[in-house]
Amino acid sequence: MNALLQAAVADSLRPVTKIGEPNGVAMAFFFVFIAITLGITYWAARKTRTTEDFYAAGRSITAGQNGFALAGDYMSAASFLGIAGLVSTTGFDGLIYSTGWLVGWPVVLFLIAEPLRNLGKYTFADVLAARLKQTPVRIAAAIGTLATVIFYLIAQMVGAGGLIKLMFGLTYETAVMIVGAAMIAYVLFGGMIATTWVQIVKAVLLLGGATLLALMVLSKFGFSPVALFAAAAAQYGDAMLAPGKQVANPWDAVSLGMALMFGTAGLPHILMRFYTVPDAKAARKSVFYATGLIGFFYLMTFILGFGAMVLVGPDAIKAVDKGGNMAAPLLAETLGGTPFLGFIAAVAFATILAVVAGLTLSGAAALSHDLWVSVARKGQATAHEQLRVARIATVVLGVIAVGLGIIFKGQNVAFMVSLAFAIAASSNFPALLLAIFWRRVTTTGVVTSMVLGTASTLLLIWFSPTIQVDILKHEGAWFALKNPALVTIPLSFLTGIVGSLLTSDRVAAEKFDAVERRMHLGEATP
Amino acid sequence: MTDRHERLRQLAARRLRFASVLTGAMIVLYFGFILSIAFNKELMGRLLRPGLSLGILAGAVVIVASWLMTWVYIRWANNTYDRELAELQQ
Repeated sequence: MNALLQAAVADSLRPVTKIGEPNGVAMAFFFVFIAITLGITYWAARKTRTTEDFYAAGRSITAGQNGFALAGDYMSAASFLGIAGLVSTTGFDGLIYSTGWLVGWPVVLFLIAEPLRNLGKYTFADVLAARLKQTPVRIAAAIGTLATVIFYLIAQMVGAGGLIKLMFGLTYETAVMIVGAAMIAYVLFGGMIATTWVQIVKAVLLLGGATLLALMVLSKFGFSPVALFAAAAAQYGDAMLAPGKQVANPWDAVSLGMALMFGTAGLPHILMRFYTVPDAKAARKSVFYATGLIGFFYLMTFILGFGAMVLVGPDAIKAVDKGGNMAAPLLAETLGGTPFLGFIAAVAFATILAVVAGLTLSGAAALSHDLWVSVARKGQATAHEQLRVARIATVVLGVIAVGLGIIFKGQNVAFMVSLAFAIAASSNFPALLLAIFWRRVTTTGVVTSMVLGTASTLLLIWFSPTIQVDILKHEGAWFALKNPALVTIPLSFLTGIVGSLLTSDRVAAEKFDAVERRMHLGEATP
Repeated sequence: MTDRHERLRQLAARRLRFASVLTGAMIVLYFGFILSIAFNKELMGRLLRPGLSLGILAGAVVIVASWLMTWVYIRWANNTYDRELAELQQ
């Protein structure tokens, strides 16, 4: 309390806010959320008997439910708090993210969702293994999956610790451990059934909370978004409605755009959701619902961001948190007082918790289904053993996530989400596309493409201004782009194509017709 | 059998063609938006009326259009594609 008080006195710009003080309403909402989700987990645990239940919710999720669950898995705290903050402090530039995070979804629908559902069982590596040699493609896919999942998890954990500290006044380590314990409980006991319903509850809360907040903003402007934007322009200049400093290097914008557009189709925790529905038709419909929900949400970030700019003010927002992440909670406090702040804070916490649970489950599936059962045990593990290994993998990954969250305390990890997208776009997505649609593909081609895609992304991020200038404080960087996708996606495709043309894989070519039939007609048809 | 196999191959090719056209349209739509922001900031900052810049309108249009494209695909798949699959399965 004393340190908080001193901080408050030291910073005279800080507006009158209850952020950072233990908030009774936030605690109450948060405990209700935990109680409900643990109740769901208890119910789900009794239904989770087989590996199919654990990884794929017994394929019993409907298209509508999966639409909400996909939206829940995808809308992270970064999109809610981060975009609102960016728009409220930079105006139009923040909206570039609102569009970028959505445009990957049609690509998922057109190219990936249905073939994935018909060709695989639990992970996207199943699709590669349908035609290619099990051991090498599963190891390569597990590397791609774990790299994506770990970087995504670190970003979420560090973000969670910081946010919870700021909003509830808990210590950083306590916050990270609470998140870790809850997510391990969901996944360990309730598997995919619990994780799916946690996503659905979270998606409803987040969409409901954001809609309520947006309506309260609009009520001050005669329910006209244009009147709101005009008020922002009147106070802070027309420049707020035009592209500005964030797009100083045009190629940076293009490269980030590529990572977002093609990365969504390579995110393991998103891809895994398509196995939870009964058939390809349901998978197809669920993407349509998810795209609608996510698109609606990102349209609302326009209103939340500009609303916070006008009603709270960029300086006041930056005084609470330099990154602007507290814009949406501050807006809630301005409009609805401490109770509404508490509600929005609890929604933000629930958002993070749900996303990390989905990530942990997909990472555990890569460790247990791909590496242990398929590679180490050559598919010979009993059902009982498979389930046990999946649960051990969950705990291992959960503990690693908490540990990394604590190690990276106070580090600038915002870039890790775009890094996760870049790896997904340059390793997982090209491999899937080539393996699904190209007859001439070979195991060597796909494996080199995935390994090189992951390695080149990591290497170029290391030499980029993001690490060299922003974190290591060097003068310049050897590689000019903040996000490497512009180079690594074409490189990965090229490697896959050249690697396949230089080698031959008789089995892969022979299986093409059978796999193509299964891709369209599904498993059951002779 | 070979006739059915041939028909499935044709349907698979049609689906891939349709999916590729739609994906191409998405790429044109989104990178059209991003490239105009990156290389023609003045155009995107032009005000259509007080409070509404071309950039903000374009951003909203990209989001709505993305969703409409998923609807176009779903309609085609639910009608044409599923019907032909059902015929093949008979």
